[in-house]
Amino acid sequence: MAAGVATWLPFARAAAVGWLPLAQQPLPPAPEVKASRGDEVLVVNVSGRRFETWKNTLDRYPDTLLGSSEKEFFYDAESGEYFFDRDPDMFRHVLNFYRTGRLHCPRQECIQAFDEELAFYGLVPELVGDCCLEEYRDRKKENAERLAEDEEAEQAGEGPALPAGSSLRQRLWRAFENPHTSTAALVFYYVTGFFIAVSVIANVVETIPCRGPARRPTREQPCGDRFPMAFFCMDTACVLIFTGEYLLRLFAAPSRCRFLRSVMSLIDVVAILPYYIGLFVPKNDDVSGAFVTLRVFRVFRIFKFSRHSQGLRILGYTLKSCASELGFLLFSLTMAIIIFATVMFYAEKGTSKTNFTSIPAAFWYTIVTMTTLGYGDMVPSTIAGKIFGSICSLSGVLVIALPVPVIVSNFSRIYHQNQRADKRRAQQKVRLARIRLAKSGTTNAFLQYKQNGGLEDSGSGEGQTLCVRSRSAFEQQHHHLLHCLEKTTCHEFTDELTFSEALGAVSLGGRTSRSTSVSSQPTGRSSLNAKPHDSLDLNCASRDFVAAIISIPTPPANTPDESQPSSPGGGGGSGSRSTSTLRNSSLGTPCLLPETVKISSL
Amino acid sequence: SSDSELELSTVRHQPEGLDQLQALTKFTKKELQSLYRGFKNECPTGLVDEDTFKLIYSQFFPQGDATTYAHFLFNAFDADGNGAIHFEDFVVGLSILLRGTVHEKLKWAFNLYDINKDGYITKEEMLAIMKSIYDMMGRHTYPILREDAPLEHVERFFQKMDRNQDGVVTIDEFLETCQ
Repeated sequence: MAAGVATWLPFARAAAVGWLPLAQQPLPPAPEVKASRGDEVLVVNVSGRRFETWKNTLDRYPDTLLGSSEKEFFYDAESGEYFFDRDPDMFRHVLNFYRTGRLHCPRQECIQAFDEELAFYGLVPELVGDCCLEEYRDRKKENAERLAEDEEAEQAGEGPALPAGSSLRQRLWRAFENPHTSTAALVFYYVTGFFIAVSVIANVVETIPCRGPARRPTREQPCGDRFPMAFFCMDTACVLIFTGEYLLRLFAAPSRCRFLRSVMSLIDVVAILPYYIGLFVPKNDDVSGAFVTLRVFRVFRIFKFSRHSQGLRILGYTLKSCASELGFLLFSLTMAIIIFATVMFYAEKGTSKTNFTSIPAAFWYTIVTMTTLGYGDMVPSTIAGKIFGSICSLSGVLVIALPVPVIVSNFSRIYHQNQRADKRRAQQKVRLARIRLAKSGTTNAFLQYKQNGGLEDSGSGEGQTLCVRSRSAFEQQHHHLLHCLEKTTCHEFTDELTFSEALGAVSLGGRTSRSTSVSSQPTGRSSLNAKPHDSLDLNCASRDFVAAIISIPTPPANTPDESQPSSPGGGGGSGSRSTSTLRNSSLGTPCLLPETVKISSL
Repeated sequence: SSDSELELSTVRHQPEGLDQLQALTKFTKKELQSLYRGFKNECPTGLVDEDTFKLIYSQFFPQGDATTYAHFLFNAFDADGNGAIHFEDFVVGLSILLRGTVHEKLKWAFNLYDINKDGYITKEEMLAIMKSIYDMMGRHTYPILREDAPLEHVERFFQKMDRNQDGVVTIDEFLETCQ
């Protein structure tokens, strides 16, 4: 129900007296209201700061934590107050929502923290009031974008970790996409870059007029015609390299259709196609004109540089993302050009020997004037023409200046995103390394504990307590859990060193792992490991399952903290011991220490 | 993104009242309160989905891969099979495991092994469970984990459990053998 409506319900129901005389059928009896106590003041203790409010205030929103019976879970009977172990500053906003019906968003707090508090108290983010909604949404979107980049960077960062058994195709593709992964890829990268440059320079140079030998000083030919063979050879070499590169990429691409449709491959094709077309077109005068036009497309080879330059790619992305602004710019310019060209044409129509011969001819003047170029090849001569000409140049400045800041801000955003992505990738590596370290730390702690003989029977435990490193309750229980798993599977956790030792021992033919285990034990091992292994297998079947008591500290997280349901086959095997195996040990008095809940293992 | 926000906000679960939960389980009010505090801190929305569960459970077994076993555990806890564990499921499950009679615990274990919940444990189901347990050991074990170790274990288990040798273990055979 919407905010505050609950307060008006008694009023609406009272006003229903107006229906009484008109009712055609007898009205239903009123629902029984529980003996409502008088409105009382509730005390909500949030991390020591006491908030007091009427119960009715909280009841206004029954589908939130404070408005429903869910708050009873936090009720402390001794002190008569509701205790929440949360941030008191944030709670202020939550409570104000109940009081005023509007949820405001704090400016100086992290938006994620605010979200978490809302989730805890059961408030839906849509409840944020209109005054703060826009800012809330913006900040959330910014956060989400940054986190999405994080994930992308993580996935991209996993790229270099290629599985060992990758095919040639995959290796090739990876070499193409990330040239920094291997030296061969890097060499290839630079070689193609060099040849692109050579090709472009050749295209440019062959049009420069170079002076012929001294005997014919009058004739100036472009270099391309003077040294046709040389340029042709250079062109052939470049095209061969480009073709080879394109075919290799096509072969290595994981999805050929997608590769064929991608922009870069299209550029590649456009770069090499004119050469092949030129090869097959005969030296016919009619067609050679078209052939010459095709040579223009060779300049597209310069776009191949975008694989080598990140800045170019960013520029491309920017233009793509600003497509709508660019479209608007184009459209409004076209409109303005047509309008002004028409006006100028008709203004200058009367003059003789005028340049404004037609409206399309006036287009050129309009464009040059609007972009403030002003070549001066077409100039109005009538007064009306000059007036309209000046209006044209002023409006041109405006129309062009409007969409440009949008494009610039887009470019800046994408550029900074890229920079941030690089920075985050570096930070991510450090973070992953630290996580891996923490993980191995847990295992090492357990192995260390085992080595120190901590698993011996409790009888000799007294003497051990001095040498065994004191562990927290959490560690103790965690180690017990791992120990139970070991017993279930009749295998033990080891570290890499021992594992590779054992592997090596097994591979030396003849000596089975059983015999080596006894002889190659480091002396620090506990007595369990010294037992021969064939008995280890059998013992699992008949070992008595220790009915240990484990305590789990609250919050007990969401793991069902039971020990592994060990193979009951073990319990069934030993008939005489069956009664003792699954004993439900001493839970007679579930005395609850303030922090722990006791369980027993199977 | 506003759609997904809406989706998230409607998927929120409030638990039954304290009194109802007390009737369903063998915990006292204080115990339920402390359990709920922990639960709510981890999952403010009031339910655990499978991925979160797998993530949490895997942290206890850093050496191996606990996701498959966590999947089976999740299904065992999720009594109504709706893909999320509510506080009620959590607390009812815990009550059986911590405070239940031996009979109830065995029934719970049977329910865990019976993956498709049809009342019979087949060899395939048992093998899947066994493999997932062995997965948690990881690679570095001593003695070295053989490929057929889970299968052997399952064979031994079936030999003892399957009284009438019909290839499946029913709840009665299970209870009988373990008592």
